[in-house]
Amino acid sequence: MNQYPAFLIIAPLLAACLIAAAAWLRRSLCFPIAVLGLGTSFLSSLGVAARVLAEGHFQYRMGGWAPPLGIALEVDYLNAPVLVAVSGAALVSLIATRQIVEREQGPKAPAFYTLMVLAVTGMLGMTATGDAFNLYVLLEISSITGYALTASGDRLAPLASLRYLLLGTIGASFYLLGVGLLYMMTGTLNMADLSGLLPALYGSDAVFAAFLLILCGIWLKAALFPLHAWLPGAYSHASHASACLLAPLMTKVMIYVMLRIMFTVFTPAYVFEQISLEGFVVTLAVVAVVAGSLMALAQRNLRRMAVYIVVAEVGYMVGGAWLGNQTAWTGAILHLLNDVLMTLCLFLAIAALAGRMETTDFKDLEGLFSTMPFSMGALVLGAMSIIGVPPACGFFSKWFLLKGAIEAGRYDFLAALLFSSLINVVLFFRLFEYALYSGDDHHGHGGHKYIEIHEAPLSLVASLWAAAAGILAVGFYSGSIVNNFIKPALM
Amino acid sequence: MESITGLILAKYNYWMYISLMMIGLYAMIAKNNLVKKIIGMNILQTAIILFYISIGAKKGATIPIIMHSEGHGHEAVHAVQYMNPLPHVLMLTAIVVSVATLGVALALAIRLYARFGTLEEDEINDQIREAP
Repeated sequence: MNQYPAFLIIAPLLAACLIAAAAWLRRSLCFPIAVLGLGTSFLSSLGVAARVLAEGHFQYRMGGWAPPLGIALEVDYLNAPVLVAVSGAALVSLIATRQIVEREQGPKAPAFYTLMVLAVTGMLGMTATGDAFNLYVLLEISSITGYALTASGDRLAPLASLRYLLLGTIGASFYLLGVGLLYMMTGTLNMADLSGLLPALYGSDAVFAAFLLILCGIWLKAALFPLHAWLPGAYSHASHASACLLAPLMTKVMIYVMLRIMFTVFTPAYVFEQISLEGFVVTLAVVAVVAGSLMALAQRNLRRMAVYIVVAEVGYMVGGAWLGNQTAWTGAILHLLNDVLMTLCLFLAIAALAGRMETTDFKDLEGLFSTMPFSMGALVLGAMSIIGVPPACGFFSKWFLLKGAIEAGRYDFLAALLFSSLINVVLFFRLFEYALYSGDDHHGHGGHKYIEIHEAPLSLVASLWAAAAGILAVGFYSGSIVNNFIKPALM
Repeated sequence: MESITGLILAKYNYWMYISLMMIGLYAMIAKNNLVKKIIGMNILQTAIILFYISIGAKKGATIPIIMHSEGHGHEAVHAVQYMNPLPHVLMLTAIVVSVATLGVALALAIRLYARFGTLEEDEINDQIREAP
């Protein structure tokens, strides 16, 4: 019962080792072990969330060593829902992409599962850890496995992956350097300890430099607009299996890390009063939202379009976090959770379509509503959420973000959000128009042509609908998520 | 003038790591050859390792091993006399990370060379433009 936080991270780590071993003995065991590992961490994350609901913030001391000397996993109102979202989305995308992995990787499928499970280990660890250096190590675990995962894809995937690796390493190195400066100033790496020691040093230039270096590192890994150059290539050339795992999770976990650094290591008092960067960062976010949306509009391919939507969504969350009022923070955190689901739904739908089509170019999507009704149905739900249509979860977080922008008096951010929503309407309705129109209908011949339903594999469609149901469920329960987790987290 | 020299000489370890970092970043951004970019990446990581190592050092301090030989066991430990071992230990992990990153990067470079027959980025881009 009290070991849940440890299981959360150890189960996938152990599963990764076991998969590598099972590859030598019985290939058929690899996938069940991966599901078992991620399933255990999903259940543990539910246990952790339940405990947070019951008693609030708690600490798990690794090996019984008390922080600041030992490394502790800290779970509170902020990261408990993130843990649930990350482990749940990872489990769903693992199950969904089984056929894709087996088909594309062949004999190397066990290695691919190992990488997938290890990447999730890193992300969960980053979310749960209470130690700044530990976070760096886990960041690199998920990044290095992420580079390997993106490298398996089409002809250009290795190049995209190498670019991702070079930029990702700069980002991680900046984070490490910033943590080094904080250590130099305070002599501790524990986040709670840092937040206790730092207020006395808030005037220091070294602390300011550390904050900037950490932020730049995180933004590089989170693909905030001018630093997003690696993302479109990496996620559009990678295998669909890797994209379904990484696109929903990696940027979102980095946004969580940004929130953690802003709220726990530093305090809102430092971020918004001591230094005044919020004007600049929100402007950056406005540019990110507008540029991401415009670049998405320029694409003629569904997958490349989705990739730029991810870039725009990063702008939403960074802007929300830096508007500097409770409403906007609520919106940013809720949007983080929603975006995991929305992006998962979108990329799973793309994987489902791509399994049946030659490409995901718009012109190849003709008539898909009749041949793949279930996949397209889930895609419609995902699109509604990304646009922000009420019953879907995307509406609620966008509402908080809009209200926060008004409270902060940042009407440019408000305009950017509305503009991006409008662009999203255009993006998806253009797509649906292609998908509704069946290219070879014979007007003159009359009568209804029998159209064969040619759906994606069951596990993929089922997982896709699980994600779509998640969008609706989080939409319906967004009030209680805000009241039970996000409001206490911001207290 | 003197104060600038003093600033450079007194904090030469920072200047060293900053120069190394800039060399690494320059190579990553400006070089056309992918292996040179990868080398630049490694220089950048090494620069940060150097920074951590240097902040653990102290003037006149010795290696952080407490001698528990006979007759010395009960002496008080003066932390001032020892270098700070923690940054060094952290950097063991960072070295492992940089080795792993380098390994993945080189593996990708091998794959690219097999596919395009070159490691010059502009030549690879030309090939992609001709046959996307």
